[in-house]
Amino acid sequence: MNSERVAAIVGVAESGLGKASGKNVLQLQAQAAKAALDDAGLTKDDVDALFTAGNWAWAPTLMLAEYLGINPKYTDSTNIGGSSFEAHVGHAAAGIKAGLFNVALITYGSTNRTNPINVSYSNPLTGQYERPFGLPGTVGSYALAAQRHMYEYGTTSEQLAEIAVATRKWASLNEKAYKREPIEISDVLNSRLIAEPLHLLDCCLVTDGGGAVIVASKEVASNLKKSPVWILGHGESQSHHTISNMPDLTVTSARESGAAAFEMAGVTHDEIDVAEIYDSFTITVLLTLESLGFCKPGEGGAFVSGQRTAPGGAFPMNTNGGGLSYCHPGMYGIFLLIEGVRQLRNECGERQVKDAEIALVHGTGGVLSSTSTVILGRD
Amino acid sequence: MVQKIQDTIDEESRPFWDGLKKNELMIQQCDDCAKHIFYPRSICPHCFSDNISWKQSNGRGAIYSYTTIHQAFGPFKDDVPFVAALVDLDEGVRMLTRIVGEREQIAINKRVKVTFHQLKDDLVLPYFELE
Repeated sequence: MNSERVAAIVGVAESGLGKASGKNVLQLQAQAAKAALDDAGLTKDDVDALFTAGNWAWAPTLMLAEYLGINPKYTDSTNIGGSSFEAHVGHAAAGIKAGLFNVALITYGSTNRTNPINVSYSNPLTGQYERPFGLPGTVGSYALAAQRHMYEYGTTSEQLAEIAVATRKWASLNEKAYKREPIEISDVLNSRLIAEPLHLLDCCLVTDGGGAVIVASKEVASNLKKSPVWILGHGESQSHHTISNMPDLTVTSARESGAAAFEMAGVTHDEIDVAEIYDSFTITVLLTLESLGFCKPGEGGAFVSGQRTAPGGAFPMNTNGGGLSYCHPGMYGIFLLIEGVRQLRNECGERQVKDAEIALVHGTGGVLSSTSTVILGRD
Repeated sequence: MVQKIQDTIDEESRPFWDGLKKNELMIQQCDDCAKHIFYPRSICPHCFSDNISWKQSNGRGAIYSYTTIHQAFGPFKDDVPFVAALVDLDEGVRMLTRIVGEREQIAINKRVKVTFHQLKDDLVLPYFELE
Protein backbone atom coordinates (compact mmCIF):
# COMPACT_ATOMS: atom_id res chain seq x y z
CA MET A 1 0.00 0.00 0.00
CA ASN A 2 1.23 3.49 -0.73
CA SER A 3 -1.53 5.64 0.70
CA GLU A 4 -0.69 8.72 2.70
CA ARG A 5 -1.85 8.23 6.30
CA VAL A 6 -3.87 11.36 6.99
CA ALA A 7 -6.92 10.17 8.92
CA ALA A 8 -7.97 7.12 10.87
CA ILE A 9 -11.02 5.59 12.47
CA VAL A 10 -10.31 5.67 16.20
CA GLY A 11 -13.62 4.73 17.81
CA VAL A 12 -16.67 2.63 16.95
CA ALA A 13 -19.84 1.49 18.74
CA GLU A 14 -23.40 0.32 18.18
CA SER A 15 -26.53 0.86 20.27
CA GLY A 16 -30.02 -0.56 20.55
CA LEU A 17 -29.57 -3.40 18.09
CA GLY A 18 -32.58 -5.55 17.29
CA LYS A 19 -35.56 -4.13 19.15
CA ALA A 20 -35.06 -0.89 21.05
CA SER A 21 -38.63 -0.47 22.29
CA GLY A 22 -39.46 3.00 23.51
CA LYS A 23 -36.19 4.53 22.38
CA ASN A 24 -35.97 7.28 19.77
CA VAL A 25 -33.39 7.89 17.06
CA LEU A 26 -31.62 10.70 18.93
CA GLN A 27 -31.23 8.51 22.01
CA LEU A 28 -29.75 5.68 19.94
CA GLN A 29 -27.28 8.04 18.29
CA ALA A 30 -26.28 9.62 21.60
CA GLN A 31 -25.68 6.22 23.18
CA ALA A 32 -23.58 5.08 20.24
CA ALA A 33 -21.67 8.39 20.15
CA LYS A 34 -20.84 8.19 23.84
CA ALA A 35 -19.66 4.59 23.55
CA ALA A 36 -17.59 5.33 20.42
CA LEU A 37 -15.92 8.33 22.10
CA ASP A 38 -15.16 6.13 25.13
CA ASP A 39 -13.75 3.51 22.76
CA ALA A 40 -11.45 6.17 21.28
CA GLY A 41 -10.55 7.81 24.58
CA LEU A 42 -11.99 11.14 23.46
CA THR A 43 -14.76 13.37 24.82
CA LYS A 44 -17.57 15.24 23.13
CA ASP A 45 -15.58 18.44 23.46
CA ASP A 46 -12.97 16.98 21.11
CA VAL A 47 -15.56 16.67 18.34
CA ASP A 48 -15.37 19.51 15.83
CA ALA A 49 -17.23 17.94 12.91
CA LEU A 50 -20.58 16.12 12.83
CA PHE A 51 -21.91 13.79 10.15
CA THR A 52 -25.25 12.00 10.06
CA ALA A 53 -27.83 10.76 7.59
CA GLY A 54 -31.49 10.14 8.23
CA ASN A 55 -34.94 11.28 7.26
CA TRP A 56 -36.02 11.96 10.85
CA ALA A 57 -35.45 15.75 10.66
CA TRP A 58 -35.39 18.45 8.01
CA ALA A 59 -31.90 19.45 9.15
CA PRO A 60 -30.59 16.43 11.03
CA THR A 61 -27.15 17.76 11.99
CA LEU A 62 -28.77 20.84 13.56
CA MET A 63 -31.09 18.77 15.70
CA LEU A 64 -28.45 16.19 16.61
CA ALA A 65 -25.71 18.69 17.52
CA GLU A 66 -28.10 20.51 19.84
CA TYR A 67 -29.24 17.25 21.45
CA LEU A 68 -25.63 16.13 21.99
CA GLY A 69 -24.53 19.54 23.23
CA ILE A 70 -21.79 20.05 20.70
CA ASN A 71 -20.99 22.98 18.40
CA PRO A 72 -19.32 21.55 15.33
CA LYS A 73 -17.54 23.86 12.92
CA TYR A 74 -18.17 21.47 10.05
CA THR A 75 -21.27 19.35 9.33
CA ASP A 76 -22.38 17.04 6.55
CA SER A 77 -25.76 15.34 6.33
CA THR A 78 -25.24 13.77 2.92
CA ASN A 79 -27.97 11.19 2.44
CA ILE A 80 -27.41 8.74 -0.40
CA GLY A 81 -29.10 5.85 1.40
CA GLY A 82 -27.27 2.98 3.02
CA SER A 83 -23.88 3.97 1.63
CA SER A 84 -24.05 7.41 3.27
CA PHE A 85 -21.68 6.50 6.10
CA GLU A 86 -18.91 5.20 3.86
CA ALA A 87 -19.27 8.50 1.99
CA HIS A 88 -19.09 10.36 5.31
CA VAL A 89 -15.80 8.61 6.11
CA GLY A 90 -14.45 9.73 2.75
CA HIS A 91 -15.70 13.26 3.28
CA ALA A 92 -14.24 13.33 6.78
CA ALA A 93 -10.85 12.16 5.53
CA ALA A 94 -10.94 14.86 2.84
CA GLY A 95 -11.88 17.52 5.39
CA ILE A 96 -9.09 16.48 7.71
CA LYS A 97 -6.64 16.48 4.82
CA ALA A 98 -7.75 20.04 4.02
CA GLY A 99 -7.13 21.04 7.62
CA LEU A 100 -10.74 21.94 8.31
CA PHE A 101 -11.22 19.89 11.49
CA ASN A 102 -9.57 17.18 13.59
CA VAL A 103 -12.25 14.90 15.02
CA ALA A 104 -15.39 13.88 13.14
CA LEU A 105 -18.31 12.09 14.76
CA ILE A 106 -20.42 10.06 12.32
CA THR A 107 -23.71 8.67 13.64
CA TYR A 108 -26.82 6.81 12.59
CA GLY A 109 -29.95 5.82 14.46
CA SER A 110 -33.16 4.07 13.43
CA THR A 111 -36.24 2.60 15.07
CA ASN A 112 -37.29 0.95 11.85
CA ARG A 113 -38.63 -2.14 13.65
CA THR A 114 -40.43 -0.83 16.70
CA ASN A 115 -41.43 2.64 15.49
CA PRO A 116 -41.01 2.96 11.73
CA ILE A 117 -41.40 6.33 10.07
CA ASN A 118 -44.70 6.20 8.20
CA VAL A 119 -44.36 5.63 4.51
CA SER A 120 -46.94 7.89 2.94
CA TYR A 121 -47.08 6.39 -0.55
CA SER A 122 -46.71 9.88 -1.89
CA ASN A 123 -45.54 10.43 -5.43
CA PRO A 124 -43.03 13.25 -5.16
CA LEU A 125 -41.62 14.70 -8.36
CA THR A 126 -40.05 11.88 -10.36
CA GLY A 127 -41.73 9.31 -8.12
CA GLN A 128 -44.99 9.91 -10.00
CA TYR A 129 -43.73 7.80 -12.91
CA GLU A 130 -43.00 4.74 -10.78
CA ARG A 131 -45.03 4.68 -7.58
CA PRO A 132 -48.46 4.15 -9.20
CA PHE A 133 -47.39 0.73 -10.50
CA GLY A 134 -47.11 -0.67 -6.98
CA LEU A 135 -43.57 -2.04 -7.12
CA PRO A 136 -42.43 -2.38 -3.52
CA GLY A 137 -39.58 0.02 -4.21
CA THR A 138 -36.59 -1.60 -2.61
CA VAL A 139 -37.11 -5.35 -2.79
CA GLY A 140 -38.89 -5.04 -6.14
CA SER A 141 -36.01 -3.16 -7.71
CA TYR A 142 -33.41 -5.64 -6.47
CA ALA A 143 -35.62 -8.47 -7.73
CA LEU A 144 -35.59 -6.88 -11.20
CA ALA A 145 -31.79 -6.84 -11.05
CA ALA A 146 -31.63 -10.47 -9.90
CA GLN A 147 -33.94 -11.59 -12.69
CA ARG A 148 -31.82 -9.80 -15.29
CA HIS A 149 -28.59 -11.28 -13.89
CA MET A 150 -30.11 -14.75 -14.06
CA TYR A 151 -31.18 -14.11 -17.65
CA GLU A 152 -27.78 -12.85 -18.78
CA TYR A 153 -25.53 -15.25 -16.88
CA GLY A 154 -27.57 -18.23 -15.72
CA THR A 155 -27.14 -17.28 -12.08
CA THR A 156 -29.33 -19.49 -9.86
CA SER A 157 -31.39 -19.07 -6.69
CA GLU A 158 -29.10 -21.68 -5.11
CA GLN A 159 -26.10 -19.43 -5.72
CA LEU A 160 -27.88 -16.45 -4.14
CA ALA A 161 -28.81 -18.68 -1.20
CA GLU A 162 -25.13 -19.55 -0.67
CA ILE A 163 -24.64 -15.93 0.44
CA ALA A 164 -27.49 -16.04 2.98
CA VAL A 165 -26.26 -19.36 4.41
CA ALA A 166 -22.63 -18.23 4.72
CA THR A 167 -23.65 -14.95 6.32
CA ARG A 168 -25.78 -16.79 8.88
CA LYS A 169 -22.74 -18.89 9.82
CA TRP A 170 -20.88 -15.70 10.70
CA ALA A 171 -23.92 -14.49 12.68
CA SER A 172 -23.89 -17.69 14.71
CA LEU A 173 -20.43 -16.62 15.92
CA ASN A 174 -21.63 -13.13 16.91
CA GLU A 175 -23.63 -12.86 20.12
CA LYS A 176 -24.99 -9.47 19.00
CA ALA A 177 -26.55 -10.91 15.84
CA TYR A 178 -30.34 -10.88 15.63
CA LYS A 179 -30.69 -14.22 13.79
CA ARG A 180 -28.20 -16.91 14.79
CA GLU A 181 -29.79 -20.31 14.17
CA PRO A 182 -28.10 -22.09 11.24
CA ILE A 183 -29.90 -22.26 7.90
CA GLU A 184 -29.32 -24.36 4.80
CA ILE A 185 -29.72 -23.57 1.14
CA SER A 186 -33.04 -25.42 1.10
CA ASP A 187 -34.33 -23.17 3.89
CA VAL A 188 -33.69 -20.13 1.73
CA LEU A 189 -35.30 -21.69 -1.33
CA ASN A 190 -38.31 -22.86 0.70
CA SER A 191 -38.89 -19.50 2.37
CA ARG A 192 -41.78 -17.60 0.85
CA LEU A 193 -41.32 -15.57 -2.31
CA ILE A 194 -41.38 -11.81 -1.76
CA ALA A 195 -40.56 -10.55 -5.25
CA GLU A 196 -39.42 -13.24 -7.65
CA PRO A 197 -36.74 -14.50 -7.68
CA LEU A 198 -36.05 -13.21 -4.16
CA HIS A 199 -37.27 -15.22 -1.17
CA LEU A 200 -37.73 -13.98 2.37
CA LEU A 201 -34.27 -15.26 3.36
CA ASP A 202 -32.69 -13.40 0.42
CA CYS A 203 -33.80 -10.19 2.15
CA CYS A 204 -32.24 -8.24 4.99
CA LEU A 205 -33.71 -8.04 8.46
CA VAL A 206 -35.83 -5.14 9.65
CA THR A 207 -34.43 -4.07 13.03
CA ASP A 208 -33.72 -1.03 15.16
CA GLY A 209 -30.19 0.12 15.80
CA GLY A 210 -27.73 2.94 16.12
CA GLY A 211 -24.05 3.29 15.38
CA ALA A 212 -21.19 5.76 15.65
CA VAL A 213 -17.75 6.06 14.09
CA ILE A 214 -15.04 8.54 15.11
CA VAL A 215 -12.60 9.74 12.44
CA ALA A 216 -9.53 11.65 13.63
CA SER A 217 -6.49 13.31 12.13
CA LYS A 218 -3.14 11.54 12.21
CA GLU A 219 -1.97 13.79 15.05
CA VAL A 220 -4.98 12.95 17.23
CA ALA A 221 -5.10 9.28 16.17
CA SER A 222 -1.47 8.63 17.02
CA ASN A 223 -1.96 9.45 20.71
CA LEU A 224 -5.02 7.42 21.65
CA LYS A 225 -5.45 4.28 23.69
CA LYS A 226 -6.24 2.00 20.74
CA SER A 227 -4.30 1.56 17.51
CA PRO A 228 -5.62 3.68 14.66
CA VAL A 229 -7.36 2.06 11.70
CA TRP A 230 -6.15 4.11 8.77
CA ILE A 231 -8.39 5.27 5.94
CA LEU A 232 -6.19 4.16 3.06
CA GLY A 233 -8.58 4.91 0.23
CA HIS A 234 -12.14 5.89 -0.51
CA GLY A 235 -14.38 6.33 -3.52
CA GLU A 236 -17.96 7.35 -4.13
CA SER A 237 -20.25 7.10 -7.12
CA GLN A 238 -23.88 7.01 -8.16
CA SER A 239 -25.62 5.94 -11.34
CA HIS A 240 -29.34 6.70 -10.96
CA HIS A 241 -32.15 7.36 -8.52
CA THR A 242 -35.14 5.51 -9.98
CA ILE A 243 -34.64 1.89 -11.00
CA SER A 244 -35.86 2.58 -14.54
CA ASN A 245 -32.85 4.85 -14.99
CA MET A 246 -30.22 2.30 -13.94
CA PRO A 247 -28.21 1.87 -17.15
CA ASP A 248 -27.41 -1.84 -16.70
CA LEU A 249 -29.17 -3.78 -13.94
CA THR A 250 -26.19 -6.13 -13.57
CA VAL A 251 -23.50 -3.48 -12.99
CA THR A 252 -23.42 -1.10 -10.03
CA SER A 253 -21.39 2.07 -9.58
CA ALA A 254 -19.13 0.00 -7.31
CA ARG A 255 -17.13 -0.30 -10.51
CA GLU A 256 -16.24 3.40 -10.16
CA SER A 257 -16.19 3.82 -6.38
CA GLY A 258 -14.18 0.64 -5.94
CA ALA A 259 -11.63 1.56 -8.58
CA ALA A 260 -11.15 4.97 -6.96
CA ALA A 261 -10.68 3.45 -3.51
CA PHE A 262 -8.23 0.80 -4.71
CA GLU A 263 -6.23 3.40 -6.60
CA MET A 264 -6.03 5.79 -3.66
CA ALA A 265 -5.09 2.99 -1.26
CA GLY A 266 -2.54 1.53 -3.65
CA VAL A 267 -3.61 -2.02 -2.80
CA THR A 268 -4.71 -4.91 -4.98
CA HIS A 269 -7.70 -7.21 -4.62
CA ASP A 270 -5.42 -10.01 -3.39
CA GLU A 271 -4.36 -7.86 -0.43
CA ILE A 272 -7.89 -7.55 0.99
CA ASP A 273 -8.05 -9.81 4.06
CA VAL A 274 -11.69 -9.23 4.96
CA ALA A 275 -14.62 -7.67 3.09
CA GLU A 276 -17.70 -6.04 4.58
CA ILE A 277 -20.14 -5.67 1.69
CA TYR A 278 -23.62 -4.21 1.95
CA ASP A 279 -26.12 -7.07 1.90
CA SER A 280 -29.56 -5.56 1.72
CA PHE A 281 -30.34 -8.59 -0.42
CA THR A 282 -28.26 -11.55 -1.57
CA ILE A 283 -28.20 -10.12 -5.09
CA THR A 284 -26.70 -6.88 -3.77
CA VAL A 285 -23.60 -8.79 -2.69
CA LEU A 286 -23.29 -10.76 -5.91
CA LEU A 287 -23.51 -7.65 -8.12
CA THR A 288 -21.10 -5.78 -5.87
CA LEU A 289 -18.43 -8.50 -5.92
CA GLU A 290 -18.50 -8.38 -9.71
CA SER A 291 -18.55 -4.60 -9.98
CA LEU A 292 -15.71 -4.25 -7.48
CA GLY A 293 -13.68 -6.62 -9.65
CA PHE A 294 -13.28 -9.55 -7.24
CA CYS A 295 -14.56 -11.65 -10.13
CA LYS A 296 -15.62 -11.04 -13.72
CA PRO A 297 -19.14 -9.99 -14.75
CA GLY A 298 -21.37 -13.04 -14.54
CA GLU A 299 -19.02 -15.01 -12.31
CA GLY A 300 -20.49 -13.83 -9.00
CA GLY A 301 -22.55 -17.00 -8.62
CA ALA A 302 -19.51 -19.23 -8.95
CA PHE A 303 -17.49 -16.90 -6.71
CA VAL A 304 -19.83 -17.37 -3.73
CA SER A 305 -20.53 -21.08 -4.31
CA GLY A 306 -19.18 -23.77 -1.99
CA GLN A 307 -19.50 -21.40 0.99
CA ARG A 308 -16.39 -19.46 -0.03
CA THR A 309 -17.55 -16.43 1.98
CA ALA A 310 -18.34 -18.41 5.18
CA PRO A 311 -16.09 -18.77 8.24
CA GLY A 312 -13.05 -20.75 7.13
CA GLY A 313 -13.71 -19.93 3.46
CA ALA A 314 -11.26 -18.34 1.05
CA PHE A 315 -13.06 -14.96 1.06
CA PRO A 316 -14.20 -13.92 4.56
CA MET A 317 -17.15 -11.57 4.06
CA ASN A 318 -19.77 -9.91 6.26
CA THR A 319 -18.17 -11.31 9.36
CA ASN A 320 -20.67 -9.84 11.84
CA GLY A 321 -23.57 -11.65 10.18
CA GLY A 322 -24.45 -8.80 7.85
CA GLY A 323 -27.71 -7.07 7.13
CA LEU A 324 -29.10 -10.51 6.41
CA SER A 325 -28.59 -11.86 9.95
CA TYR A 326 -26.95 -9.33 12.34
CA CYS A 327 -29.04 -6.17 12.01
CA HIS A 328 -30.51 -3.92 9.36
CA PRO A 329 -32.20 -0.77 10.56
CA GLY A 330 -32.76 0.76 7.12
CA MET A 331 -29.43 2.35 6.28
CA TYR A 332 -26.95 -0.31 7.31
CA GLY A 333 -23.68 1.21 6.07
CA ILE A 334 -22.33 2.36 9.43
CA PHE A 335 -22.33 -1.20 10.78
CA LEU A 336 -20.05 -2.34 7.94
CA LEU A 337 -17.48 0.21 9.09
CA ILE A 338 -17.80 -0.83 12.72
CA GLU A 339 -17.15 -4.47 11.88
CA GLY A 340 -14.27 -3.67 9.52
CA VAL A 341 -12.55 -1.68 12.25
CA ARG A 342 -13.07 -4.40 14.85
CA GLN A 343 -11.61 -7.03 12.55
CA LEU A 344 -8.49 -4.94 11.99
CA ARG A 345 -8.19 -4.37 15.75
CA ASN A 346 -8.37 -8.12 16.36
CA GLU A 347 -11.41 -7.65 18.63
CA CYS A 348 -13.75 -10.22 17.08
CA GLY A 349 -13.22 -13.31 19.22
CA GLU A 350 -14.66 -16.43 17.62
CA ARG A 351 -15.34 -14.72 14.32
CA GLN A 352 -11.93 -13.02 14.06
CA VAL A 353 -10.29 -13.32 10.64
CA LYS A 354 -6.73 -14.30 11.47
CA ASP A 355 -4.06 -11.67 10.80
CA ALA A 356 -6.48 -9.27 9.07
CA GLU A 357 -4.51 -6.20 8.04
CA ILE A 358 -6.56 -4.67 5.24
CA ALA A 359 -10.36 -4.49 5.06
CA LEU A 360 -12.65 -3.38 2.27
CA VAL A 361 -15.92 -1.80 3.36
CA HIS A 362 -18.54 -1.14 0.72
CA GLY A 363 -21.93 0.53 1.03
CA THR A 364 -24.80 0.48 -1.45
CA GLY A 365 -27.71 2.89 -1.19
CA GLY A 366 -31.15 3.39 -2.66
CA VAL A 367 -32.13 0.93 -5.37
CA LEU A 368 -28.53 0.04 -6.33
CA SER A 369 -28.30 3.80 -6.83
CA SER A 370 -25.25 4.92 -4.88
CA THR A 371 -22.07 3.23 -3.78
CA SER A 372 -19.19 4.19 -1.57
CA THR A 373 -16.07 2.13 -0.93
CA VAL A 374 -13.56 2.53 1.91
CA ILE A 375 -10.31 0.60 2.28
CA LEU A 376 -8.97 0.42 5.82
CA GLY A 377 -5.63 -0.76 7.12
CA ARG A 378 -3.80 -1.17 10.43
CA ASP A 379 -0.17 -0.49 11.22
CA MET B 1 -52.52 7.87 2.99
CA VAL B 2 -52.23 7.51 -0.71
CA GLN B 3 -51.51 10.75 -2.42
CA LYS B 4 -53.44 11.07 -5.63
CA ILE B 5 -51.31 11.37 -8.74
CA GLN B 6 -53.50 14.30 -9.70
CA ASP B 7 -52.00 16.26 -6.81
CA THR B 8 -48.49 15.75 -8.18
CA ILE B 9 -49.15 16.66 -11.80
CA ASP B 10 -47.46 19.86 -12.86
CA GLU B 11 -46.66 21.71 -16.06
CA GLU B 12 -43.84 19.29 -16.84
CA SER B 13 -45.80 16.09 -16.41
CA ARG B 14 -49.31 17.11 -17.50
CA PRO B 15 -48.91 16.18 -21.21
CA PHE B 16 -47.92 12.63 -20.15
CA TRP B 17 -50.92 12.13 -17.86
CA ASP B 18 -53.36 13.90 -20.21
CA GLY B 19 -52.11 11.73 -23.10
CA LEU B 20 -52.88 8.55 -21.20
CA LYS B 21 -56.50 9.65 -20.79
CA LYS B 22 -56.69 9.76 -24.60
CA ASN B 23 -54.95 6.36 -24.80
CA GLU B 24 -51.76 7.94 -26.10
CA LEU B 25 -48.35 7.16 -24.59
CA MET B 26 -46.52 10.47 -24.76
CA ILE B 27 -42.74 10.69 -24.46
CA GLN B 28 -40.30 13.45 -25.33
CA GLN B 29 -37.60 13.95 -27.93
CA CYS B 30 -34.71 16.40 -27.93
CA ASP B 31 -34.84 18.72 -30.94
CA ASP B 32 -31.05 19.06 -30.93
CA CYS B 33 -29.58 15.60 -30.30
CA ALA B 34 -32.73 13.71 -31.43
CA LYS B 35 -32.60 11.31 -28.51
CA HIS B 36 -35.83 10.29 -26.83
CA ILE B 37 -36.45 11.17 -23.21
CA PHE B 38 -38.49 9.54 -20.44
CA TYR B 39 -39.55 10.55 -17.82
CA PRO B 40 -40.60 14.04 -18.92
CA ARG B 41 -38.31 16.93 -18.12
CA SER B 42 -37.48 20.42 -19.26
CA ILE B 43 -33.89 19.78 -20.21
CA CYS B 44 -32.31 16.99 -22.25
CA PRO B 45 -30.29 14.70 -19.94
CA HIS B 46 -28.10 13.75 -22.92
CA CYS B 47 -27.02 17.12 -24.36
CA PHE B 48 -28.57 19.64 -21.92
CA SER B 49 -30.58 21.29 -24.64
CA ASP B 50 -33.83 22.90 -23.57
CA ASN B 51 -35.44 22.40 -26.97
CA ILE B 52 -37.69 19.49 -26.10
CA SER B 53 -40.76 18.26 -27.97
CA TRP B 54 -43.52 15.85 -27.06
CA LYS B 55 -44.30 12.95 -29.36
CA GLN B 56 -46.47 9.88 -29.24
CA SER B 57 -44.66 6.59 -28.69
CA ASN B 58 -45.67 3.67 -30.88
CA GLY B 59 -46.30 1.87 -27.59
CA ARG B 60 -44.19 -1.14 -28.47
CA GLY B 61 -41.07 -2.52 -26.93
CA ALA B 62 -39.42 -5.45 -25.17
CA ILE B 63 -39.20 -6.62 -21.57
CA TYR B 64 -35.81 -5.71 -20.05
CA SER B 65 -36.60 -7.34 -16.71
CA TYR B 66 -39.64 -8.31 -14.63
CA THR B 67 -40.59 -9.60 -11.22
CA THR B 68 -43.70 -11.23 -9.86
CA ILE B 69 -44.59 -9.40 -6.68
CA HIS B 70 -45.97 -11.54 -3.85
CA GLN B 71 -45.91 -8.94 -1.09
CA ALA B 72 -46.93 -5.35 -1.71
CA PHE B 73 -47.82 -2.46 0.50
CA GLY B 74 -50.45 0.19 1.05
CA PRO B 75 -52.96 0.53 -1.76
CA PHE B 76 -51.27 -2.25 -3.76
CA LYS B 77 -51.28 -5.03 -1.18
CA ASP B 78 -54.42 -6.70 -2.53
CA ASP B 79 -53.11 -6.68 -6.10
CA VAL B 80 -50.68 -9.55 -5.49
CA PRO B 81 -49.51 -11.50 -7.28
CA PHE B 82 -48.79 -9.07 -10.09
CA VAL B 83 -45.92 -8.58 -12.51
CA ALA B 84 -43.88 -5.38 -12.44
CA ALA B 85 -41.45 -4.86 -15.26
CA LEU B 86 -39.00 -2.57 -16.97
CA VAL B 87 -39.90 -2.18 -20.63
CA ASP B 88 -37.54 -0.77 -23.25
CA LEU B 89 -39.66 1.12 -25.76
CA ASP B 90 -38.63 0.97 -29.41
CA GLU B 91 -37.77 4.67 -29.20
CA GLY B 92 -34.94 3.80 -26.78
CA VAL B 93 -36.34 4.79 -23.41
CA ARG B 94 -37.11 2.53 -20.46
CA MET B 95 -40.13 2.70 -18.19
CA LEU B 96 -41.39 0.92 -15.11
CA THR B 97 -44.79 -0.66 -15.69
CA ARG B 98 -46.89 -3.75 -15.13
CA ILE B 99 -47.30 -6.66 -17.51
CA VAL B 100 -50.82 -8.05 -17.64
CA GLY B 101 -51.95 -11.38 -19.08
CA GLU B 102 -50.71 -14.93 -18.65
CA ARG B 103 -47.89 -14.77 -16.14
CA GLU B 104 -46.36 -18.06 -17.30
CA GLN B 105 -45.73 -16.61 -20.76
CA ILE B 106 -43.78 -13.58 -19.56
CA ALA B 107 -40.04 -13.59 -20.22
CA ILE B 108 -37.18 -11.18 -20.69
CA ASN B 109 -36.83 -9.87 -24.26
CA LYS B 110 -40.39 -10.79 -25.24
CA ARG B 111 -42.18 -8.16 -27.29
CA VAL B 112 -44.91 -6.17 -25.58
CA LYS B 113 -47.38 -3.44 -26.45
CA VAL B 114 -49.00 -0.82 -24.32
CA THR B 115 -52.50 -1.31 -22.93
CA PHE B 116 -54.25 1.49 -21.11
CA HIS B 117 -55.51 0.67 -17.66
CA GLN B 118 -58.25 2.88 -16.27
CA LEU B 119 -58.12 3.33 -12.51
CA LYS B 120 -61.31 4.40 -10.80
CA ASP B 121 -60.20 7.92 -9.95
CA ASP B 122 -59.97 9.36 -13.46
CA LEU B 123 -56.42 8.10 -13.87
CA VAL B 124 -55.06 5.98 -16.70
CA LEU B 125 -51.84 4.00 -16.36
CA PRO B 126 -49.79 2.54 -19.22
CA TYR B 127 -49.56 -1.22 -18.62
CA PHE B 128 -48.13 -3.63 -21.20
CA GLU B 129 -49.21 -7.01 -22.58
CA LEU B 130 -47.40 -9.59 -24.70
CA GLU B 131 -47.75 -8.96 -28.43
